[in-house]
Amino acid sequence: MRYGTGAEVLRDLDFRLGRGGFYFLTGPSGAGKTSLLKLLYLAQRPTRGRIQLFGEELSEAPRDVLPSFRRRIGVVFQDFRLVRHLSAFDNVALPLRIARKSEAEVEGPVREMLAWVGLADRASARPATLSGGEQQRVAIARAVISQPEILVADEPTGNVDAEMAGRLMHLFSALNRLGTTVVVATHDVGLIASIPGAQMVRLEHGSMVDPTGSLKNPPPSQGQG
Amino acid sequence: MLDWLFASPAERRLLPGGRFRGPTPFVIAIMTFAMMTVAAAGLALSNAASLVVQGIENRYAVQVPAGSRLLPQALAAARSTPGVLKAEPVSEAEMRKTLEQWLGPAGVDDQLPVPALITLDVAEGANLAGIAARVEAAAPGARFIAHREKLEPVLRAIRVLKWLALALVALMAAATSAAVVLAARGALDTHRSTIEVMHGIGATDLQVTHLFQRKIALDSLAGAIAGAIAAGLVLLLLAGGGAAFAGDLMGTTPLRGTDLLILALLPLALVVIATWVARAAVLASLRSAT
Repeated sequence: MRYGTGAEVLRDLDFRLGRGGFYFLTGPSGAGKTSLLKLLYLAQRPTRGRIQLFGEELSEAPRDVLPSFRRRIGVVFQDFRLVRHLSAFDNVALPLRIARKSEAEVEGPVREMLAWVGLADRASARPATLSGGEQQRVAIARAVISQPEILVADEPTGNVDAEMAGRLMHLFSALNRLGTTVVVATHDVGLIASIPGAQMVRLEHGSMVDPTGSLKNPPPSQGQG
Repeated sequence: MLDWLFASPAERRLLPGGRFRGPTPFVIAIMTFAMMTVAAAGLALSNAASLVVQGIENRYAVQVPAGSRLLPQALAAARSTPGVLKAEPVSEAEMRKTLEQWLGPAGVDDQLPVPALITLDVAEGANLAGIAARVEAAAPGARFIAHREKLEPVLRAIRVLKWLALALVALMAAATSAAVVLAARGALDTHRSTIEVMHGIGATDLQVTHLFQRKIALDSLAGAIAGAIAAGLVLLLLAGGGAAFAGDLMGTTPLRGTDLLILALLPLALVVIATWVARAAVLASLRSAT
């Protein structure tokens, strides 16, 4: 994959993620972790090669097809990407509203999610008035509110304290146990160690190095993409 | 079909800034005002031309030379010819009065020879050559003159002005569309980050488009109403002044009921055009972006 006419940022990648797996994506800065995540959450198309998600070949899928797949993926962006003029409540509610849920179906889950990330009393606060950690928790709440089949998180604990990082990983782990495939890009070795059984994909210079091996050979019945 | 027009409060919050900000309402108001006044002028001209044509379509004048000596024969011949509905002589006093307006006191001077004139109204499809031959046989040298021929240059000018007005209305609609495209693209740029987030979490292009389409439709509606009110007031003022003169001249009001209906529909048409153009521009922009 390349951006515009620049050099390839990802190449020679060949792996499958098993449905319900927990994966850490690691590697030094500039290795291509965020680019790989963008391919996973369908924000970018590969300039060559193929991407299959949910059993569908999506590399050249028509543009109109992609939103329905994106709704099945929760994303925690590295820069949070909160809508700055919306309250924390509205930001978390956005995926549900985009999925055309009624306000009655939105209110309860959003309040519950905000309470879970410790922001029940900041529901009406706008992102600019929240700390970095609080913004990140709003971003995480938004990513998981619709119970996605795949959760993609780019450095999700970069701005939160150790206690909150632990709680977030506990949430990710709980979602994973419910069947959500989780992919977390991180530098944090402690985080990786906190999820026993998680698999690791390590990127360097846009290529995969030192995979755990099982990535290339997931159980056939669990193949996801 | 018009679900997109009725947004929930949550959807309205997605595009901040409130309504009636930005250039769209003002551009639409100005364009509506200009379009309505130009269209009203065009319609009034068209009506005037129609009335003039109706009045003179089948009206002819017979100019009898040599004073009024042959006038009775020419008049009798005309009245007895099939197809002639009415034949009336124009009195010499009336002729001289008309000449006085052009020539001053010399026009009423008895020394000035004045031709005798008969005004003819003929039936639709009458044999004009036959009528002319009968009249000329009775009054040799009589000239048969169609009123329409005399007024044709004026009528042609009125027709050109009417089409010019129509072209101006079309041009203003095109200019409005261009302004709406620019406004839509500007709004997209302003809200680029929100759109990226929405797309990232599964919003379709149509969902995003509806947000902008709704905003531009409401802005356009507000602008169109303001422009229509202003144009209506100006036209009412004109109706009380200059147009009253035109009405006197034409024997009727310059604008008919259907014309008023057309004028009333113009702002609505402009809103529909602006909304459709905004939708097309936003969709095209979103599809070309990624």
